[in-house]
Amino acid sequence: MEEVRVIGFWASPYVYRVIWALNLKGVKYEYQEEDIFNKSDLLLQYNPVHKKVPVFVHGGKVIAESSIILEYIEDTWPQNPLLPTEPHARAMARFWTKFRDDKKPNIYGFFQRAGEEQIKAAKEAQECLKILEEHGPEEKKFFDGDKIGMTDLSLGWLAFWFEGMEEAAGIQVLEATSFPRLHTWIRNFKEVQVIKENHPNQARLLVYFKWLREMYTKPATT
Amino acid sequence: MEEVKVIGFWASPYVYRVTWALKLKGVEYEYQEEDVFNKSDLLLQYNPVHKKVPVFVHGGKLIAESIVILEYIDETWPQNPLLPTDPHARAMARFWTKFGDDKKPEFLGFLGRTGEEQMEAVKSAQECLKILEEHGLEEKKFFDGDKIGMTDLSLGWIAFYFEAMEEAAGVQVLEATSFPRLHAWIRNFKEVQVVKENHPDQARLLAYFKWLREMYVKPATIWAEFGAAYKLLCF
Repeated sequence: MEEVRVIGFWASPYVYRVIWALNLKGVKYEYQEEDIFNKSDLLLQYNPVHKKVPVFVHGGKVIAESSIILEYIEDTWPQNPLLPTEPHARAMARFWTKFRDDKKPNIYGFFQRAGEEQIKAAKEAQECLKILEEHGPEEKKFFDGDKIGMTDLSLGWLAFWFEGMEEAAGIQVLEATSFPRLHTWIRNFKEVQVIKENHPNQARLLVYFKWLREMYTKPATT
Repeated sequence: MEEVKVIGFWASPYVYRVTWALKLKGVEYEYQEEDVFNKSDLLLQYNPVHKKVPVFVHGGKLIAESIVILEYIDETWPQNPLLPTDPHARAMARFWTKFGDDKKPEFLGFLGRTGEEQMEAVKSAQECLKILEEHGLEEKKFFDGDKIGMTDLSLGWIAFYFEAMEEAAGVQVLEATSFPRLHAWIRNFKEVQVVKENHPDQARLLAYFKWLREMYVKPATIWAEFGAAYKLLCF
């Protein structure tokens, strides 16, 4: 059987997208941890363009960029599909995945800032989250329907990372009363077996975010 | 037959990706021009999330974001495929398409800057172009092999827009001696029938970029404003 390997970093939501996808499809893989603060020659060789994780290796072939890896996994192992069959529904799944990735600076800004700037950034994050909330699952349980799919995996960072970031940054952004659909979705997402068994340790994540925040908000840090 | 419509703007390379794809596949469509400086209620209704062109309408269903539209077009009309069949080759096509889009600020920064900042922006653009030259294109005729595909359509803006931007900005970035493969690709890309018959008017594009540049380098303009204008212009 061909080698399947994921090169990742324990705190990366982009890496978890890939891990979740492989687990959902029952694909066995080897996981290799990378210290992104001290990048290995292997990573620089495997992903010379971006020098980031995740990197996916299958039978000697290398792919970078999590959303592209998900499409590859979907093309290669069609069981338990991540995308619907209908072309317009597929387009919508891709649209929301892209939305989340393109809006990352807007949504994360509050974590990196302090004072007045942080309040502004939090409002900006809430505008983006409001868009997700409005298009979020109403009758459906997940963004991708009754079962999780590519959109849900791409938004998985809301379920495990966001709370840690809010706590470390000392600000509430994703309030339950303002975002009821997203909160319901988070609860449902966390109940999915594969997700339940594969997610970063919350306490460890909080320590990591507190340390990151300190770095971002040091006076000399730009 | 179901309605196929493209809502676009004459100067947008994102719109051209979509119209090239449809023409390559022989799909008839209606084109509707949008004034991106004075957005219509229709656009705001069709694309409330991003308020940008292109918007694609097929049988009453709407799709925004040019790459998402290209994937939809390829799935709906499989003739003359834009993506290869091999999963890894598909991944590579998507990777370079994404690279071109993610690096837009680096590619285009020189248009809105002057002096030292512009020189730095030129270097930044050249680093990205070097990556395309050496890792993306390599020895192939097109990014997608012997025939054009999704990657070529996505990077097609380099063939038609870059020269006009360089002229408007008064700098040379994509020099033939430093980027022989990209220059060869530009020549080959422009020879493809569908591309030859469908591209923005170069003189009009030059006038447009000169005007854009004037806007960007006015003393009151700061980078944040440039960013806002950049987004407004969907480029």
